[in-house]
Formats: sequence, C-alpha cells, structure tokens
Amino acid sequence: MKKLFASAIRIVLLISCKLVTGVQSRWLSEPYTYRPKIYYANHTSHLDGLVLWSCFPRCLRSNIRPIAAKDYWQQTKFKQFIAQDIFNSVLINRKPNNIGNPLLILGEILKKQQSIILFPEGTRGCGSNIADFKSGLFYLSKHFPDIELVPVYLNNLNRVLPKGSKLLVPIICSAIFGSPINSPTEDETKKSFLARAKLELEKLAP
Amino acid sequence: MIFTDSDLQLLLAGIFGLLIFASLIGQLIAKFRCNECNRKTIENLNQRINAWWMMSIVLLVAILIGTIGTLVLFICISFFALRECITLTPTKLGDHQALFWCFFIFLPIQYLLIGLNWYNFFAIFIPVFVFLFIATRIAINGNTVDFLGRVAKIQWSMMIAVYCISYIPALLLLNIDSYDGQNFKLIMFLVIVVQLSDVLQYVFGKLFGRHAIVPKLSPNKTVEGFIGGILSASLIGMSLWWITPFTFWQAGLVSTLITLLGFCGGLCMSAIKRDRGIKDFGTIIEGHGGMMDRIDSLCFAAPVFFHIINYFFG
Repeated sequence: MKKLFASAIRIVLLISCKLVTGVQSRWLSEPYTYRPKIYYANHTSHLDGLVLWSCFPRCLRSNIRPIAAKDYWQQTKFKQFIAQDIFNSVLINRKPNNIGNPLLILGEILKKQQSIILFPEGTRGCGSNIADFKSGLFYLSKHFPDIELVPVYLNNLNRVLPKGSKLLVPIICSAIFGSPINSPTEDETKKSFLARAKLELEKLAP
Repeated sequence: MIFTDSDLQLLLAGIFGLLIFASLIGQLIAKFRCNECNRKTIENLNQRINAWWMMSIVLLVAILIGTIGTLVLFICISFFALRECITLTPTKLGDHQALFWCFFIFLPIQYLLIGLNWYNFFAIFIPVFVFLFIATRIAINGNTVDFLGRVAKIQWSMMIAVYCISYIPALLLLNIDSYDGQNFKLIMFLVIVVQLSDVLQYVFGKLFGRHAIVPKLSPNKTVEGFIGGILSASLIGMSLWWITPFTFWQAGLVSTLITLLGFCGGLCMSAIKRDRGIKDFGTIIEGHGGMMDRIDSLCFAAPVFFHIINYFFG
C-alpha cells in the first residue's frame, strides 16, 4: 500500500517537475549505461535531486540513488518518507562519527551496480557560484577508483525554487552531463583533487 | 457542429487537404532531392510539417470541445510562452514572489474573466492592475538595482504571453449580428491567415529572398519574403470571407492588417532573441523552436483583430 502510494506520488512529482522546469538534459559524454557511476552536481535548490533523477530513463531510475544528509532528511516523518520511499535515497551522516562509515554504505550500493548522485558542496548555495567541495567526494573516488565520476551542471534551478523560498516559479532548466573526470592519482592531494573536480563542473556552465 | 455546419466542413477539408499536400511534397523532396548539403533544411521542413499536423489537430479538438476546451488550450499556451519569456530574462531573487503571482494567480484569472464573459474587466486587468502590482511587489522587496528594467521585463512578458494571447479565446465573447454561435470560426480565420502568412513569408524568402529587410536583426526576413507572404496571405484571407461576418473586401482589408501586425510581432520577438543571443525561445515544438517562436505573430495580431471586430461589427 505504502509502495503504491509512493509510486503514485513519484509520477505526480515527475509530471509537475516536467511542467515547471521543462528540464532538458545534454550529454557531452556517453549517455546513461547500466554501469554504476558517481554523478556529482552543484546544489542550489531542493528540486536538484528530482530534476537530475528525472533526466534518466525510467528503467534506470530505481538504480540511481541520491545521497542525502541524515540530519536533515530524518527530522520529520514526512521528510523521511520523501527521501527514502519516494527517491530511494541513501541517508548518510554529514559529520563523521563511529556509527556506520558512509564509505562502507556507499560501497555496498556501488557493488549492487547502482549509481550515486552526490552534491559535494554539502549544502545549497545561492546559485551565483559553486562553493568549495566537502571531502566526501575525494575519499569516495579514492576508494573506488574504477567507478566513473561524472560532473553534472544544473542550470537555472535556483531561479525555480531558491534557498529560503517556498514558492515555485516555472523556468526552463537544463542539466549538462560532462565527460567523466579522472580519479585522484597517487600523489594528488585532497585539496587539489577537489579543486580540479570543481573546475570541471564550472566548465560545464553555459 | 462539425456535422451540421457545411462551411466548417469545407474549411476543414481545405486545411487537412493542404496538410496532406504539404506532407506529400515534403516526403517527395526528402526522397528525390536529398543530398548532404540540404539534408538539414529538408529534415527541418518535414519536422515543421509534422508539427503543423499536431497543432492543427490540437486546435481543432479544443475548439470542438467548446469554450472550456479553447480556454484550457490557451491557458497552456500562455503558460509555456510565459515560462520561455521569463527563462530568457535574467530575473533576480527579488522578483521571485511577483513571478509566482504572474504564473499561478494572474494567468488563471485572466482566462477566468473570459470564461465569465466579463469583457470590461478582462480588457484592463493586466495593463492596469497586474502592472501596478508587479512594480509594487518588487519594490517591497527593497532590491532597487535595475528596478525599472526588471519590472518592465516581467510586464512585457505578461503582456505578450498572457494578455495578447488571451485575446484569441476572447473572440468567443463578441456578440455579432447574425453570427451567433459561430465565433469559433473567427479564431480559425485569425490563426489560419496569420500562420499562413508566416509560412508563406518563409517560403517566398527561401525561394526568392535576396535583400534582408532589417539586416542587423535577421537575415531570414527578406523584402521578397515580406511582399510575397503578405500579399498571398491577404488573398487567402480575402477568399475566406465566407467563414467571417465580413464582406469580401472587408475580409481582404482585415487580412492585410493582421498579416502586417503578425510581421511586426515576429520582428519584435526576433529583436528579443537577437539581444539575448539565442536562436529560438525553446524546444517545445519540434522543428519550430519554442512556443513563443510559433505564436509571436499572433501576439500582435490578436488584440487588434479583436478590437476591430468589436468596434465595427460588435
């Protein structure tokens, strides 16, 4: 019953997302495959996850798991329902602690041939520029060097539902999928890798 | 009405006959004249013809459903057109609430007023109340950078995408002597003449176009295309006098006027696109570009067409 309800809501959300954002995806690299990938994108709006997710064909969607912050998305029953039942997302701790290493959880997911959507800024920005990345992306890529890292630039979403607003404004958005970037090399520091990943994402901005 | 109105049957036979003819020509060209250098143009031509099929059928179905169907169709058209206009204009965070009102409150109200047959309010709602509201709502937010420019961009978007377009279904409001219940044919007349003028300007321009009419603005709008398109579309409009309340010569005069206005609309929208450095407003109609690219000429023609009929025939 809950499952049926969730899929009904999912369809409603996808249709309204298409109506409001009319999102167009552009693939500069090989489009979606069944191989697991790590997609990382800039984060300016609550809709980012939904929009990115709606860019994939239906058969792939259940295999694409957005990563969300546990402290935020577990605050209420409603938020938890949205995060886990609707989007099938993985909730992880933003602050490292002893209970459950995020890398282990994500490793399990990649092993199941599922892809991950990650917003490495850690929080929503204002849209004018991309904030410095948190270190998660570095550790993840260092641990799983064989998994392709694909940057995705989400354009205009901060105009649809900016941080701090509850009102939607219909504006056409685009999602630009770049070519995969190289995993960190042996001697590359965390700082320089994160700067490189951010630069690759910024290059996609139209 | 499709079974009882013989004028309508004749008109539909004409429209779909023309579409079948265009599709046949398109397929033949694609088969025999296709080589590397013109492949793109021919592909685009056939996409456009297919989109015309789609648009004609959608418009016909909406009109046959009646007032409600027509209103719903034009609400959708206005929504998509407004979305394209707002996407293009660099709005700021301070405009957010005003934009929300425009999309979800003013746009439905404008069409509701038509549904309620409330002509006096419908004609002034956007140019008076909405315009003042937009400016005030943006001022309340306190961000004054480029205030006038930001207000004007939203007002102009509301004007062309909602106000002007809503004049097309508003044709159903008019009371014309001995033309009761036939107003939907005015919508068909307007759309057919203005859109055919667009197509014919494109065709004449492609065939004979040498001199650009406003070179800085668009190389595709030529003097030859302009003259050929306007003249032939006016003649077609004239020959359609039997679906209108006009006489033969009146139909010709009105057709000339609305095709000229359609040209002005296309010119202004091209200016906006050129300024923003884009080719099309969007990608919603395959082969044509965005919604705004298709209805740009109707935006200018519809209000004037409405008021002429209201003044002289209403």
